[in-house]
Formats: sequence, C-alpha cells, structure tokens
Amino acid sequence: MRHIISVLIENESGALARVAGLFAARGYNIESLTVAPTEDPTLSRMTLVTHGDERIIEQIVKQLNKLIDVVKLLDLSDGPHIERELMMVKVKAEKGMREELKRLADIFRANIIDVTATSYTIELTGHGHKLDAFLEAVPEEVIIEVVRSGPLGISRGPKGLGL
Amino acid sequence: MELSGAEIVVQALIDEGVEYIWGYPGGAVLHIYDALFQQKKIRHILVRHEQAATHAADGYARATGKPGVALVTSGPGATNAVTGIATAYMDSIPMVVLTGQVPTPFIGSDAFQEVDITGITRPCVKHNFLIKRVEDIAETIAKAFYIATTGRPGPVLIDIPKDVTDPNVRIPYEYPKKISMRSYKPVEKGHPRQIRKAVDLMVKARRPVIYTGGGVILGDASDELRQLVEITGFPVTHTLMGLGAVPASDKRFLGMLGMHGTYEANMAMHESDLIIAIGARFDDRVTGKLASFCPHAKIIHVDVDPASISKNVKVDVPIVGQVKPVLRDMVKVLKERKTKPDAKALAAWWERIEGWRAVECLRYPQSDKVIKPQYAIELLAKVTKRRDFYLTSDVGQHQMFAAQFYPFEKPRRWINSGGLGTMGFGLPAAMGVQQAFPKATVACVTGEASIQMCIQELATCSQYKLPLKIILLNNGYMGMVRQWQELFYEGRYSHSYVDALPDFAALAETYGHVGMTIEDPADLEAAYKEAFGMKDRLVFMNVLVDPEENVYPMIEAGKGHHEMHMSPYLTAERELA
Repeated sequence: MRHIISVLIENESGALARVAGLFAARGYNIESLTVAPTEDPTLSRMTLVTHGDERIIEQIVKQLNKLIDVVKLLDLSDGPHIERELMMVKVKAEKGMREELKRLADIFRANIIDVTATSYTIELTGHGHKLDAFLEAVPEEVIIEVVRSGPLGISRGPKGLGL
Repeated sequence: MELSGAEIVVQALIDEGVEYIWGYPGGAVLHIYDALFQQKKIRHILVRHEQAATHAADGYARATGKPGVALVTSGPGATNAVTGIATAYMDSIPMVVLTGQVPTPFIGSDAFQEVDITGITRPCVKHNFLIKRVEDIAETIAKAFYIATTGRPGPVLIDIPKDVTDPNVRIPYEYPKKISMRSYKPVEKGHPRQIRKAVDLMVKARRPVIYTGGGVILGDASDELRQLVEITGFPVTHTLMGLGAVPASDKRFLGMLGMHGTYEANMAMHESDLIIAIGARFDDRVTGKLASFCPHAKIIHVDVDPASISKNVKVDVPIVGQVKPVLRDMVKVLKERKTKPDAKALAAWWERIEGWRAVECLRYPQSDKVIKPQYAIELLAKVTKRRDFYLTSDVGQHQMFAAQFYPFEKPRRWINSGGLGTMGFGLPAAMGVQQAFPKATVACVTGEASIQMCIQELATCSQYKLPLKIILLNNGYMGMVRQWQELFYEGRYSHSYVDALPDFAALAETYGHVGMTIEDPADLEAAYKEAFGMKDRLVFMNVLVDPEENVYPMIEAGKGHHEMHMSPYLTAERELA
C-alpha cells in the first residue's frame, strides 16, 4: 500500500542523509521525498511517499522514530488528508498550438507563468493524479521539460502536526 | 573558567566521570592530546591499532556498564575505528568515540587524512555529531553520553575538526548539568495494561519458556529476571548475548538457544505455547527459519526499542520499556494475582523438558591423545571456578564452545561480539575489562585466526602490564568456516586453512609475556594452574586442539528449531542402542 508520511525533523546538517540512508540501508522503497524548513527555522518538515505492506510500514515508522533527529512523525494515510503536488511543464508553443495549450491549461486550472515566442511554461498544482492527467492530455511531442515537487500532505480537520 | 576547545573536550570527559580513554594520536587530535598530557584525572591507554581502541572501550563498557571512550585521529584513524563502532552498535554497547577531523575550512577539499566519518558511520552508530564551533563542544559531549547510555544503548561518534580545538581560542566553560532533547525521549516503564495482559497469558500458559537476550545484561535486570523465574518456575533460555543473567547452575536454565543452542532449549521453544521474550531481538541465529519458529506459541516481547518489536516475528503482547522496571512490575502483578500458573501443567511440561535434557546434547567423545576444544573449556571452567573471573572471546568455533561449556553464573562476565561477529575482538576487549577490574582474572579464549587480527595489542598489554590469560584453541583452521565447508560444501576447504602460523609462545615472549604450548590432554590442567597462578604476567597458552572437531548441536541456516543436527557421536550412540 502507498503511504504518505510527514516527519518533523531537527533542521541540522546530516538529518536528510540519515533519513535517505535509512531507506537505502534497510531496503525500503521511497517514491518521493520533499523537505523544507518550517515556520520554526530549527525544524524541517519532510513529506515522504513510500510503498509496503503493513509490517514494512510499521517498521519504517518505528525506524524513522528511532532516528535521534526525528521529533515527530505522522502517517497521513492513517486518516483523512489532503495531498498536493506542484508541477511545472515547459512546452513547445508554436503558432498552431498556442491556443490549444492555453485552453488545456484553463481546463486544468493551470497558470502559464512564462511565455516566449515559441514556448509556454505551465504551472499546475493538485493531486498527483491530476498532474498525470494533464501530462496525458498534452501531446507528447510538445513537452520540453517536466519538473514535479513530489507530494506534500496535511491532515484534514482542525488538528495539526506540531511540537 | 576559560578553556580552549581541546581543554573543554578533556574537561567535559572528566566531568562525565570518564576514567579511561583508549586511543591513538595523530595530526587532527594533537591539540586534544596536548590537553590530555596536562591533566591527571583521565588515564589514556595507547593501543597499537584504532580497531583495538574501540574494542577495548567496548569491553570496558560491557564489563562495567559504564560508557567506553575512544579517541582517534581523522582519516585512517577514524576508518580503523569503524569495525569496533559497528561491533558495539550491533550489541547495543554504550560508547563515545571522538574522532579528529581536518580544520573546518578544509572540510570537503579532500585534505590530507580527511574522510567523511560521520557519513561513513551513520548506519552503524546510534547517533553522530560534527562539531563546528568551540561553543558547542561541551553540550555535544553531554548529549553524546546521554544518547549513548539511555534507551537502547549504542555508540555515539563525535567528529571534532582541528581548528575547533585551537589552544589559542578560549571561552568560558560550563558542563551542562542535565540534558533534555525534544527529539529524543527514551521510555522507562512499561504500560501497566500491557504488563497485565502479559501476566494474563503467563498464568494461563501450559508450556511457557522465558527467552532472554543481551537486554537483560545491559539493563542490569538479572536480579529481576531471577525473581521472575523464581516465582513462576518457568524454564528460561538465553541467547549468546544473554548468558549469565540466570546462573548456569540453576535447574530452570535450559542453556543457550539457537543455531548452536542445546536440544532442550530449542525443543522447548518449538513446543512452547508461550514465549516470554525479554531484551532479545529474534535474531536469525536464534530463530532459524521464521516460518517454523515457535509454531504453537503466543509471544510476549519486552524491549526498550520499539523497532525491535514485531520486526522479525509478529508479537502478541508488546511491552516497550526498560527491562528492569518492566520485570519489577511484572513480578509485582504476578504476586498480587490470585490465579497462579497451572502447577500440574507446568510439572508435565518440565517432565518433557527433562526428557530432552536427558539426551545430554553437548556430550563429545573424550580423547587421551588430542585435546578436545570442549574439554579445554570445561577444564578452564573448573580451574577458574572460584575466581573473580571474566571471559572474553573472539569469533568462531571457540566462541561457541565457550558459550556452551563455560557455565556463567553472573551477568557481564561473558564478553563477546555476538551481532557483528567480529574476529579480533577478544584480546582488546579483555584489555578493557582488565583495566576496569585490575584485580579480577580476565581470560580471552580465541582461535589462531581471530587472534592474528589484533595480535599487535600484545604490546599494549606489556606496556600497561595487563596480566591477561590468552587461551588459544589452535586447530589450524578457521574452524567455523571449515565446519560449514565440511557440512555444506562437500569438504572443499577453500582458504579456511591457516597456513604459516607463527610460534605463538615464542611470539608472546618477544612481547615480554609468558608463552606456553600444550599438546597433551594430560598436561592441560597443570598448565592452566600454572598460568592462572602467575598473577602479574600475561600468559599466552597455545593449546593445540583436535583440528576437525565440530560444534554441535547445530541448526542449519534456514531450518527450524526442531531440525537440529546432533553430533555424529550422539547419533551413532543412539543407533547402537
């Protein structure tokens, strides 16, 4: 099963390497990992997406908690939650295609954030499925470059993950 | 008080109560060595290879329960220490290792003797630090000791760049009185509801077995375990790391379990309906094939590390907490219970166990021509019985023979590398033990392959006058490798023969020690007596033993507890009968 796990971790050098190293050393699957400092600059928040059966996920959670730098951790998949991912796509936008691409961006509620005579850069936020769907809708031959952030997640409801 | 970084390092160690440091100087730690030179409180022991520094600190920690400390330089000094760090990590030994590092402006420039030691050791330490400012030294050292010694203990490495210890930069010093970390809060007591649930199962059990590991030793919980055994009357078995928790002479002790465990311990595990696992981690050398592990049993697991629980084997009642308070609470709840374990069922269970025990699975053919390694250990036990005695070992057949044939009556007396299985561990570990207990008798049982991995420490022993007794069970082979090759590779002894052996007795003498060579079984007892009689000399006993003796019983890797191989000697005897 796919799990999305949020981790609050001390914002110290080596902290990211400890998490990445743990996954490598224990042979856990890691699909995506995003990390940035939080509003408290001594803390970073990590969102990672992994796959595994119940036993493996239990071990991943325990092993992450065992890292000295990990302050708190939440398996978002345990409850209702929201996921969002940011994607930027650079596409060839030449004469015949410019209108078509603009329309497609509108349908997906995407923004065009950079324009040249021959290209658009389109920004799109949403669940990973929506991003996949957009990429399928765009003709393959016009795609120059795609960059995705990996998902971020937050739980639904008034409770938050904090210290 | 204003101190330089180097002085802070030393003062912090003094404030932490450190008595000994095992180390080796080098460029990046020269400032620290200079500060060490100018004080008298900490004794520095100069080893001959950094691996030995970590093993000696480790041996000291295993015997005393206090954290061991090692100090090595950057680059090769640090990488040489890695084997010792990983050894301590696998057996959860509290240790603090200080490594020098190139000055901060040079980090990342491939400077002379630079290595990313925090990167290298990340998978084999409990935690590590790279100190970047002199202001951080005291707190980091305090944190390192706190982390190393609490929760599930383990080694912590502190990497200290040379400029941080600059003698010309002096700052006010104060050692933190208390450490509290938001990201690290080890648990102490077990959850009362879980303990009650465990007791529910215990009073209902008909075929219970208590299976304990190194956690009981590390957690100083032997007394509590003995009480639990006393009030329940349950059989108890130990892992290699757990020996000595319950006295080997106790009737309820079934011996070691696992790959080279006793028939009664493994059969009891296999037939049990309740396993009470305490401070043990269901290692593959213990469980054998997981699919056939304790097929009829519910499992209670007490461990301070939640990640150990349900890692290899699914547990029915997990109890996260330190072994000592958990056992204390468990005994208390048991005493308050009106329902007691079923005496009749327990008696029937003991009857079956005695049947397995009657096989006497450890028996071996005695010989008057060649010294059997088992006999060498049995005699050792006889000769050292009344002594304040510690035994370290290296890794291989001699280690298993020692575990099987030396009856450990107390905890912290059997010191060996269980998890990592590090050859070369025994001699330096014994140095650490002897340093901690100068009056005790400390012996190291080893093999001719293992001993050569750290034999340079014979020099350290002569410098510090450590009167160790080294018992080399010399069979001319890497015995355990050869055994597997005999059993599973049709006798193709690929590179397991130790050729070009030195004359060990003569070698020991060139280091200033006493050397002996013993070949005749009739001479062994007298030789032991002579050796152990030399109170202030290291005696190196080269005991030539049966070259092709095997360790039995044995469970092949990937087989279950009920699929033990008994020694051919026992099997032949059974066929005759």
